[in-house]
Amino acid sequence: MSRIKDLFERKKENVLNVYFTAGYPSLESTLEIMSALQDAGVDLIELGMPYSDPLADGPVIQESSLIALDNGMTIAKLFEQLKGFREKIHVPVVLMGYMNPVLQYGFEKFCADAAAVGIDGLILPDLPPLEFEQSHGAIVKKHALDFIFLVTPETSEERVRKLDGLSSGFLYAVSSSSTTGKEKNFDDVIAYLKRLRSYQLTNPVLVGFGIKDKETFGAVAPFANGAIIGSAFIKAISAGENPTSATQDFISAVLN
Amino acid sequence: MIKSFSKPTEQGYYGDFGGAYIPEMLYQNVEHLRGNYLSISNDPQFQLEFDALLKDYVGRPTPLFLAERLSERFGSTIYLKREDLCHTGAHKINNTIGQILLAQRLGKKRIIAETGAGQHGVATATVCALKGIECIVYMGEKDIQRQAPNVARMKMLGAKVVPATSGSKTLKDATNEAIRDWINNPTDTHYIIGSVVGPHPYPDMVSRFQSVISKEMRAQLMEKTGSELPKRVIACVGGGSNAAGAFYHFLDEPGVDIVAVEAAGHGVHTGMSAATTQLGVPGILHGSKSIVMQTPDGQVVEPHSISAGLDYPGIGPMHANLYTSGRAIFMSATDEEALKWAFEISRVEGIIPALETAHAFAVLGQLGMKKDEVSVICLSGRGDKDLGTYMNAMNEQ
Repeated sequence: MSRIKDLFERKKENVLNVYFTAGYPSLESTLEIMSALQDAGVDLIELGMPYSDPLADGPVIQESSLIALDNGMTIAKLFEQLKGFREKIHVPVVLMGYMNPVLQYGFEKFCADAAAVGIDGLILPDLPPLEFEQSHGAIVKKHALDFIFLVTPETSEERVRKLDGLSSGFLYAVSSSSTTGKEKNFDDVIAYLKRLRSYQLTNPVLVGFGIKDKETFGAVAPFANGAIIGSAFIKAISAGENPTSATQDFISAVLN
Repeated sequence: MIKSFSKPTEQGYYGDFGGAYIPEMLYQNVEHLRGNYLSISNDPQFQLEFDALLKDYVGRPTPLFLAERLSERFGSTIYLKREDLCHTGAHKINNTIGQILLAQRLGKKRIIAETGAGQHGVATATVCALKGIECIVYMGEKDIQRQAPNVARMKMLGAKVVPATSGSKTLKDATNEAIRDWINNPTDTHYIIGSVVGPHPYPDMVSRFQSVISKEMRAQLMEKTGSELPKRVIACVGGGSNAAGAFYHFLDEPGVDIVAVEAAGHGVHTGMSAATTQLGVPGILHGSKSIVMQTPDGQVVEPHSISAGLDYPGIGPMHANLYTSGRAIFMSATDEEALKWAFEISRVEGIIPALETAHAFAVLGQLGMKKDEVSVICLSGRGDKDLGTYMNAMNEQ
C-alpha cells in the first residue's frame, strides 16, 4: 500500500500537509526542514521543485524558487540529496513542480528516480489530464507513484469526477481560483468543500491556497480531510536564522 | 486528411507543438474561449464589424508597396507590406480589434494584457478606449523604464499600467503576472495575448486575426504582378505574430518560400541572443509546447535583443513546427545588422522601420534573389518608438 494511502487509512481528518521549496532558504537545508516538519507532527510533505516561471504560484513561492535556483538547486541535485532520506523520514512526500524542468530531465527517468529515492507522489499542475491519459499516466503508474490533480471552485462536477478518477493518493482542492498566498473568504471555501464532500469522491481531499495559521487551518480542515500550508510556511522559514527552530515554532503554533 | 501548416488540430497541435499546458485554475477561462472563439469569429455579424473596424479605424487594407530602389539594389522585385501604416503604428492592432470584439461577445468587462516594448499594450489600450472597457496592462519594471513614451501613450488612453516586479522584470514576467491576474479573476476578465503564443486556442486565434495581412497580400499581388503567389515571404519573428499573419495564406502553397528572421542579438552563440530556434530545445512555456531557450535543467533563460519586440525566450508553436518540419527557412540578424538596415531602409525607401522589422531586411543579401522573382517583406511596424536607439546610434557615428 502506498504511504499516502496508508496515511489516510489511519487518519481521516485534520491531515496537515506542508509545502516548501527544495533548496530554500539554503541549498543544503532541504533534509533538515523535512526532518523538522516530521518531528513537529506534519502528516505529509510537499516538496517544491523550483522553476523560473511558476505560473500557479504567487510572489512568495516564486521568490523562494528564484533563491533556490540561485543556490544551485536542480532536479538532479534534489535526487542526490534525497538518496537515503527514507532511513530518517517516514511521512509521505510528494514532489510538486512544473512540466518544463521535468521534461528536460526526462519524464520516465524522473518518475524512476523519484520512486527509487522513496518519493510517494507527484503534483504537476501544468500537466493537463488529456496528456496524462494519453501518455504520461502509464509511466507514473509503472513506477507506482501517486498522481494528484487540482480542482477549483470553477471545476464542474463532471470534471471533478474525471480528475478524481485520474488521481490517486488525494485530490488537491484549490480553495478559490487563485494563485498561492492570497487572502480568502472562508464562507465560500466552506460551501465549496461541502459541495465536494457531497460528490462522495474516491480520493481524500486536501484543501490548499490561503491557509496560513491555526485559525485558518481550523476553519477549513474539518470540511475536508485536511489542509495544505505553503506560502505562510515559506515566510516563516525565511525570517528565521535556524530552519529547524523556525519550523518547530511555526508548526506547533498551527497544531497546538 | 491533408496536413495543414497554418491550422492546428482540435487539441491545438501544430505537429508536436502547441496544446494547453495550463493549471486547473486557468482551465475554465481557456475552455470557455476554446469552445466559443470559432463560432463567434465565424459569425457574419462579427466579421462585418471586424472588417469595418479594420477598414475605417485601423486603415486597412495596408498598401503593398513596390520598393524600387531596394529591388534595383538586389536585382529582383521586392514589395513591402506596409503594416507600419496601421493605426498605432504596427500590425498588433489587427489582433486586439479581433479580441476586443470577441471579449464583448463573451460578456467580459475587464481586459488584461502583457507588453514588452509597449506596442501590444498600446494596441490593447486603444481598443479598450474605443469600446469603453477597463484595461490593465502588465509590463516589466525594466521595460517601463526603457519605454517611457509607450507607457505615457497607454496612460493617456486610459489604461492602468502595472509593473511586473518578479523575476527578470521583462516581457516573460509581465506575461506571468497577466496569467496570474487571470487566475485571480476567473469570471469577468479576458486576457488579450499579443502574440501567437500561450495555450490553445491563442496561437490559432491570434494567427487568424493577423491572417488579414497575407489575405490582402494575395489580392494585391494578383493586381500588381498577375499572380497571387510570390517566390518568398519574409518576416521577423519574436513570438511570431506578424510572421504568422504574413505567412498564413501561403503556408499551404509549397511553391512559396517562407523566410523567418530571428534576433541574434550580439550573435547567436554569444550568450546574448534571442534566436530561439537556434538556441532552444522543445519545452513548455506560457501554456504551450514549443521551442524554448532554457538551461540544461529546464529553467527558462533571459534572451537578449536590441528590439524589445523580439526579446522573448520562446516562439509560437506554429513557427516551431515550421522550423522542425523544414517548411520555413529560419535565419537571424544581429543587433548591429538590424540597426544598419533600419538606416538603410530609411534612406533608400524613405521609411523609418521599427527595429524588429529591420531584422527582416538584414537577410536580403543571403537569399540569392533572382531577377524574375517576387519577394514580399512584412514591414511590421514603424520606427518612431525606436527613435531613442536611433539617435544614440547617430551620435556614436
